[in-house]
Amino acid sequence: MEKSAVFNNRLLPYLLLIPQLVITLVFFYWPASQAIWQSFLREDAFGLSSEFIGLENYAALFAQPEYYKAMLTTALFSSLVTVLSLSIALLLATQADKSLKAAPVYTTFMIWPYAVAPAVAGVLWIFMFHPSLGTLARPLRLMGFDWNPLLNGNHAMTLIIMAAVWKQIAYNFLFFVAGLQAIPKSVIEAGAIDGAGPMRRFWTIVFPLLSPTTFFLLVVNIVYVFFETFGIIDAVTGGGPAGATTTMVYKVYADGRLGGDLGGSAAQSVVLMAIVIGLTAIQFRYVERKVQY
Amino acid sequence: MTIRHFGAAATLAAALAFAAPAQAVTEIQWWHAMTGGNNDIVNKLAEEFNASQGDYKVVPSFKGSYPDTMNAGIAAFRAGNAPHIIQVFEVGTATMMSATGAIKPVYQLMKDAGEPFDPKAYLPAITGYYSTSKGDMLSFPFNSSSMVMWINKDELKKAGVAEIPKTWPQVFDAAKKLKAAGHATCGFSNAWATWAHIEQFSAWHNVPIGTKANGLDGFDTVLQFNSPLHVKHLQNLIDLQKDKTYDYSGRANASEARFGSGECAIFLTSSGYYATAKGTAKFDFTSAPMPYYPDVQGAPQNSIIGGASLWVMGGKKPEEYKGVAKFFAFLSDTDRQAKLHQESGYLPITRAAYEKTKADGFYQKNPTLETPLKELTNKEPTENSRGLRFGNMVQMRDIWAEQIEAALAGQKSAQQALDDAVARGNATLRTFEKTAK
Repeated sequence: MEKSAVFNNRLLPYLLLIPQLVITLVFFYWPASQAIWQSFLREDAFGLSSEFIGLENYAALFAQPEYYKAMLTTALFSSLVTVLSLSIALLLATQADKSLKAAPVYTTFMIWPYAVAPAVAGVLWIFMFHPSLGTLARPLRLMGFDWNPLLNGNHAMTLIIMAAVWKQIAYNFLFFVAGLQAIPKSVIEAGAIDGAGPMRRFWTIVFPLLSPTTFFLLVVNIVYVFFETFGIIDAVTGGGPAGATTTMVYKVYADGRLGGDLGGSAAQSVVLMAIVIGLTAIQFRYVERKVQY
Repeated sequence: MTIRHFGAAATLAAALAFAAPAQAVTEIQWWHAMTGGNNDIVNKLAEEFNASQGDYKVVPSFKGSYPDTMNAGIAAFRAGNAPHIIQVFEVGTATMMSATGAIKPVYQLMKDAGEPFDPKAYLPAITGYYSTSKGDMLSFPFNSSSMVMWINKDELKKAGVAEIPKTWPQVFDAAKKLKAAGHATCGFSNAWATWAHIEQFSAWHNVPIGTKANGLDGFDTVLQFNSPLHVKHLQNLIDLQKDKTYDYSGRANASEARFGSGECAIFLTSSGYYATAKGTAKFDFTSAPMPYYPDVQGAPQNSIIGGASLWVMGGKKPEEYKGVAKFFAFLSDTDRQAKLHQESGYLPITRAAYEKTKADGFYQKNPTLETPLKELTNKEPTENSRGLRFGNMVQMRDIWAEQIEAALAGQKSAQQALDDAVARGNATLRTFEKTAK
């Protein structure tokens, strides 16, 4: 008797794949191809007239100084948010990994912010840091610090970075805790017996063994800052002041939905899509080599 | 509810449905963006209209914020199931009117339906915003407001400001006194940055925002608000921002609370702030006309409106249009308009309703509600003060505000900021012109 089942039907594997393929096609490839097609068109908001204009949308886009500014803003914003949210989450996770009695409670509390919708998170931060209404902004101002995210671009940027990091820490924390728990205690104990201190044990044993988790989170976080921070920016700064917090994804929204320029907006999403695909490819090609599974 | 009860209820409901007279009631969908008390007003209006006759049924549905409602309408139109009536904010006007075929102009609707309709019965300062250059009304004004200056009388008295300031120099002086008297973070401020300092400012001083009567006469309009007067005003604000005699409050109206909390004793914002002010301000307050520069000839001119109007979507059946026309006639009724105005604080849209409210002595008791009307009807509107119609106006405001913010933050000179705002705005107008052909 054979132990493994043999399926002679050649169609079966494809049939089993179909649900997944259909979902990918309908929800990913179809909208993406629509965006690419739309980026070559000039349309009014109502779709009454539509004209093929080739690469005109792209030409107009790359002639805008604001677009390069948005690229720089995005680079700054995404690197800061990724680095901060990953490192703070890692620090908190290592603390939660210690054998504390209250560790489960602590872990549960840490996960909560992830359940908060980005727009709600944004409003929350406004209530704390609005220059004249914010509960935390008032003491800042009383201490003589001229906190004003309504006019000062750096303050506005700080504010959305704090909000975006705060929101993402919970998610990263969860994965880091799971990653840390999967590291065999015996390896760490062996290190301790050999006389390695806690810091040394962390950097030479824990951190390398955690690298698959870190790598996964890096990819996910970059996608997060590029796309999902939109709700926070929209609620907190609306891209202002003076465009200081207009990231690329916010500009897609501003030009398409507020400005009614669907073609230009589609061109921007295509560029954005290309950048994120490129970044992810680079990560898998070069960063993944350093990952130890 | 148990299953048995549910079954009984269902049977009853079905019986009632069958028992209803078989006469066809034409449904009219009305999408709107009104929240809170204003939402109740919308629902009440629909109920009253439905009760007043049996042929048509207006069904209001709330679709979110102004941009959300407009986008929902556009998406529905693209999908072929647009509502009959959609409420669109004033800055969406150019987008709506450029969509020939997607909308049914109100003047035509009333003519086709044979409803009595006299365009002269409406206040020109309000309908002008929603009419063609020939005076044909395209959409039906629903909730209109204008910008006024809100005054905290108690604080002004404390600071030794005897009279409510009328001109900008007087406002600056009063703000300095207020600052000296303890308002360290805000001498005066305003909500809706560009509405205050570009749109209303230009109309009130009878200077153009753009050519072609601020875009009312054609989409090939070019922005012009980088004139010496505009630059001078922005320069004054920049100077005063340095020590917070003036303090910027953002692009929208979230900062209106700075007036209600007493932080800012002079605050320019919509006259529609009245209900909130009444509810939150624990001091004696009033509204005054917007300030002006006395050295500008002819100032003050008249203010322009903000708010929203009702657009009728195209491609519907004649009997449905008949119902919409009847509904608009119902809304225009003098008593109803007067009541709506006095209850909600929206401006009345007909002359008769304004006169009636005046005759009732309502403004003697509520002078704050008459300020915007006095501003709007201050003088016969000119090319520069009839209104404005720029494509992509929603985003345009952000583009302008960005430059004002850059100037107030000291990154750019007043001239440079306004030049850049005009240049970028013009680029946006040209994109719009290409699609609106």
